[in-house]
Amino acid sequence: MADTQSTELKVREKQEVSSPAEQTTPGLVFSPAVDIFETEKEITLLADMPGVKADDLTVDLRDNTLTLAGDIAPVDNPDEEEILLEYETGRYYRQFTIGELINQEGIDAKLNNGVLRLSLPKVEKATPRKIAVQAG
Amino acid sequence: MIYRRFFGLPTWRFRSPFEELSQLRQQMDRLLEDARTPYPHPQAGVYPLINLTEDRNSYFIRAELPGVTAEDLDIQATGKNISITGERKIGSEEEGTKYHRKEREAGRFSRAIALPRDVDTGKIEAKLADGILTLVVAKAEAAKPKQITVQ
Repeated sequence: MADTQSTELKVREKQEVSSPAEQTTPGLVFSPAVDIFETEKEITLLADMPGVKADDLTVDLRDNTLTLAGDIAPVDNPDEEEILLEYETGRYYRQFTIGELINQEGIDAKLNNGVLRLSLPKVEKATPRKIAVQAG
Repeated sequence: MIYRRFFGLPTWRFRSPFEELSQLRQQMDRLLEDARTPYPHPQAGVYPLINLTEDRNSYFIRAELPGVTAEDLDIQATGKNISITGERKIGSEEEGTKYHRKEREAGRFSRAIALPRDVDTGKIEAKLADGILTLVVAKAEAAKPKQITVQ
């Protein structure tokens, strides 16, 4: 990790995506950059979603599909005039298929400085139970 | 008039066919370029990308800096130049983690922005919320628009 931290950051365009369903409100949709890694106990997902407040973020896991959706509040100052616009803002949306069984109860999501940290604990493997057959 | 047109014609007619071809090529290039970039915004190519807006009294500079903390940011203003320097750190995870995806990047950045007019360097507010840095830079008195009354 340490060696990558000294490198110069490069500009990367936000990845625009076409949303899965037609939107009721107009606007652009972007795919957030993510890191996904797993340990024996859990799968962790980190997603860059600048401008999204905790209340506007939806994390949904059903039928092995994880959906991340984040809305951003537009700047509300009617007097502001644009001089230079280098990036666009819009919703964030991304879906993943999760192969492992996830313990739904233990899911934990934190949003800090525009970065979502989602912990998905794996379901502990069911220990095989021996059933004793009684003669009778 | 007729004389002029008569003599004007040949020059138009003998224009090199290659010229037209190269024009066509330029047009095609432009078309392809438009298709490649989703939105044709001018970019400095330096991280972070910024949006600059203004109202009567101030300039607003916004930049998306997810995961950057206030301690890792250094903002300086001289004259009408603002510089944003910092480092985006991604902490290392515990031993034994296996990565499936790694799209987020860490690293240093430094960007200088020249504002169109003079600013009051004493009145600059910086706010970092939800991964978005907002700088509110007050315009210098001389740069503010003056209301002129018609008599």
